Amino acid sequence: MISAAEKLPAPVLELSGIHKQFPGVKALSEVGLRLYPGEVHTLMGQNGAGKSTLIKVLTGVYAPDSGRIVLDGREIRPSSTLEAQNLGISTVYQEVNLCPNLSVAENIFIGRYPRRWGRIDWAAMQRQAVTLLRQLQVEIDVTAPLSRYPLAIQQMVAISRALSVSARVLILDEPTSSLDDSEVQLLFSVLRGLREQGMAILFVTHFLEQTYAISDRITVMRNGEREGEYACSELSRLALVNKMVGATVDASAAAAELAAAVAANTDGDLRCATADDTASTMVDSKAAQSAPAFLQARGLGRKGALAPLDIDLHCGELLGLCGLLGSGRTETARLLFGADKADSGSISIAGRVRNFSSPRDAIAAGIGFCSEDRKHEGAILELSVRENVILALQAKRGMLRAIPFKQQQALARDYVKWLGVKTPTIETSIGSLSGGNQQKVLLARWLATSPEMLILDEPTRGIDVRAKQEIMDYVTALCRKGMAILFISSELPEVLRCSDRIVVMRDRKACGDYPRGALDDNTVLQVIAGASA
Amino acid sequence: MNAPYHPEAATVDSRASGISATAAEPKGEGLLTSVWRHALLRPVAALAILLLLDLFCVPGFFRLEIKDGHLYGSLIDIANRAAPLMLTALGMTLVIATRGIDISVGAVVAISGTVAAMLIGGTLVIHNGVPEYVSRVPMVWALCAAMGAALLCGAWNGLLVATLGLQPIIATLILMVAGRGLAQLLTDGQIVTVYYPPYFYLGSGYLFGLPFALYMVAAVFLVIALLMRKTALGLFIQAVGINPVAARLAGLKTAALIFFVYVFCSACAGLAGLMISANIKSADANNAGLLLELDAILAVTLGGTSLGGGKFSLAGSVIGALIIQTLTYTIYSLGVPPEVNMVVKSVVVFLVCLSQSAEFKTVWRRLFVRKS
Repeated sequence: MISAAEKLPAPVLELSGIHKQFPGVKALSEVGLRLYPGEVHTLMGQNGAGKSTLIKVLTGVYAPDSGRIVLDGREIRPSSTLEAQNLGISTVYQEVNLCPNLSVAENIFIGRYPRRWGRIDWAAMQRQAVTLLRQLQVEIDVTAPLSRYPLAIQQMVAISRALSVSARVLILDEPTSSLDDSEVQLLFSVLRGLREQGMAILFVTHFLEQTYAISDRITVMRNGEREGEYACSELSRLALVNKMVGATVDASAAAAELAAAVAANTDGDLRCATADDTASTMVDSKAAQSAPAFLQARGLGRKGALAPLDIDLHCGELLGLCGLLGSGRTETARLLFGADKADSGSISIAGRVRNFSSPRDAIAAGIGFCSEDRKHEGAILELSVRENVILALQAKRGMLRAIPFKQQQALARDYVKWLGVKTPTIETSIGSLSGGNQQKVLLARWLATSPEMLILDEPTRGIDVRAKQEIMDYVTALCRKGMAILFISSELPEVLRCSDRIVVMRDRKACGDYPRGALDDNTVLQVIAGASA
Repeated sequence: MNAPYHPEAATVDSRASGISATAAEPKGEGLLTSVWRHALLRPVAALAILLLLDLFCVPGFFRLEIKDGHLYGSLIDIANRAAPLMLTALGMTLVIATRGIDISVGAVVAISGTVAAMLIGGTLVIHNGVPEYVSRVPMVWALCAAMGAALLCGAWNGLLVATLGLQPIIATLILMVAGRGLAQLLTDGQIVTVYYPPYFYLGSGYLFGLPFALYMVAAVFLVIALLMRKTALGLFIQAVGINPVAARLAGLKTAALIFFVYVFCSACAGLAGLMISANIKSADANNAGLLLELDAILAVTLGGTSLGGGKFSLAGSVIGALIIQTLTYTIYSLGVPPEVNMVVKSVVVFLVCLSQSAEFKTVWRRLFVRKS
């Protein structure tokens, strides 16, 4: 298994033979995990591999059907997160679960307020909060309500809350999915410091780069089973991905089928000339750029959100928008889609000036928008897959022209098939699907409207490697069929690999427009960071 | 557990008592399972239990007679008296489905009744030796004015909630307080009596042997059921109720939808107000529709629609209203003092809410199901 194991001290936490069965699904079977003091241990696996379930078993959210959890040589059976926390197992969850209306300090000490003479010692609480946050190099007003700070800071607050209890084991469930690169670096330096102090850290992530940047060891899970435990240095990236996926990733065939189907759906009325795909699958991006742009934004801006910028997007072009969190990427997308109102500038579609005052207008002009916040701005969780798929198309047709039920079913079934959505039936509520499948359903919602342009804001956030790859394959296939695509992602390699053109944003301004190949990882990072490149 | 709403399922709603498998449910599920899981099971069962109680405790409860060509009996009486509540509950259902609430319906009842009564008035005139009732303005105009006032109330609520983004309970609280005050101002706090028999038909008339009020409820129900079936209104209301942000990004006119449901709710309340004032042959601005908002919300909840918005059941709300009226009737006929009515009602509410609580279900299962 692992050669370095002999050198390590006794594990601080050991799970063995964990079984967990949900109605109809075997979530965990015979899973084991060892955590040693002073290590960062990464838990990897695709969505649905059982990572989250394992963590919930560990933190007392679920009771395992069988198996042992041993902490410091003593068997434990936490029945609540509070009990787990008192035993020394602290967790920071994927979705920040703090109270936005309370102050930062209160959030850190909630339920464990420092007391003096039976009353809450507010001064001590604030002092301690400042000290804790300073360890993470975060200097903020701890008396201000949490909601005033961006998600990244909220994440830091969640981590400092986990640290403020005298934890032996720190579990981080995808803490980085809402952080930008510099914040991730900051988090990692904090984690390294904790590792020095002998903390055992269990880290769950989808990002390969981060795994290799921080981990000592990796446990890979697949289909509710432990695939294996490896020293980080002994496992190559390719080997890791193969172990997670269990098969070689190939979705390009399905992607081609989808693109063909979408093109057929539009009844050939795509305003853009699509390239002859028998000759070459790739639209010549130079030729496309010499034609008038499908979307032209001039001086588009909104006070406090985005400095006026110009954007051209051609048919069959994939424009990548990159920059740090808060650099104005999402704001740009929202202005282009009419989700927020621009206070300056104009947008023209296929040469005609169209200013959008609501998403409806943008949809009518042939634009679709997948928001970065799938749960709050995308999926309508209690509605079925079918209803989620047809929603935007129905809105586009108008309320009175209901899509016949048979046709709704046919649409939903076709997209479920083309996009490979894993769902028991099309009447299953979307909330019970995994993140990657929800994202596919939302993609289907927009494809059903036969859009000529798609705005994808972090379409691959928080979903597993395979679904990520599949979605990017669909997107590039659609692009080749002549769709204009604006692609926003925090994952630089993804943007660099897929985009025909890249616009880099910094401090709510566009600060560079580069053709494919003009940039590599380092130069982009320099532009993003503001160095003159 | 609510059955998924979809256009085909509207047929279930339009058959008030319809317990049937919906087309979309996965094959292989037996009829029993689909009945067991059906959203209407609990309200229908609650109503059945009440009726069963009446069968044993209230003599002659199910007896129907024909007098003067009309059907008479307890059942008819209950349905007739529940008519205003059924109407209000129908309007309230759509508001609640958008995650809102409208506590001004009682005030709207008072306003529409007052406007109609004041405009109709009515006197007995002896014309060429023939006694004849004459209204102040033609009845049609009076009814239109009353409904217009109700629509205006709804537009006000809709404006506050949809356009200004006020919280529904606060926004409608304004009209709840101001509306009744306005009605009292109009009448100087007096009861306005109507002497115009054609108007009474709305509240106590009979058509083909059945109370006319029931036809009005049926008509409103049919109109909404048709809207749900033939248009995407149902889907849109649910989408807005579950996730308004996502709904707007999907291209829905969320503000217009929310505005519409408040106007519709007030229109239903306005119609109920006409019924009530026609039934008591007067307009009582102080008491007409008092606490009706609570009964309407209760009826919607009893019908299985969650106050959290989203999935809703129109038929459920109608049954909920019938449950409330049957309960009141039963309490009176059992000779229990009317003061007890409130307490019993609250016990019923408690039981129904308990049966809808997910937390309670888990506890229940842990206690009883696992052992067996």
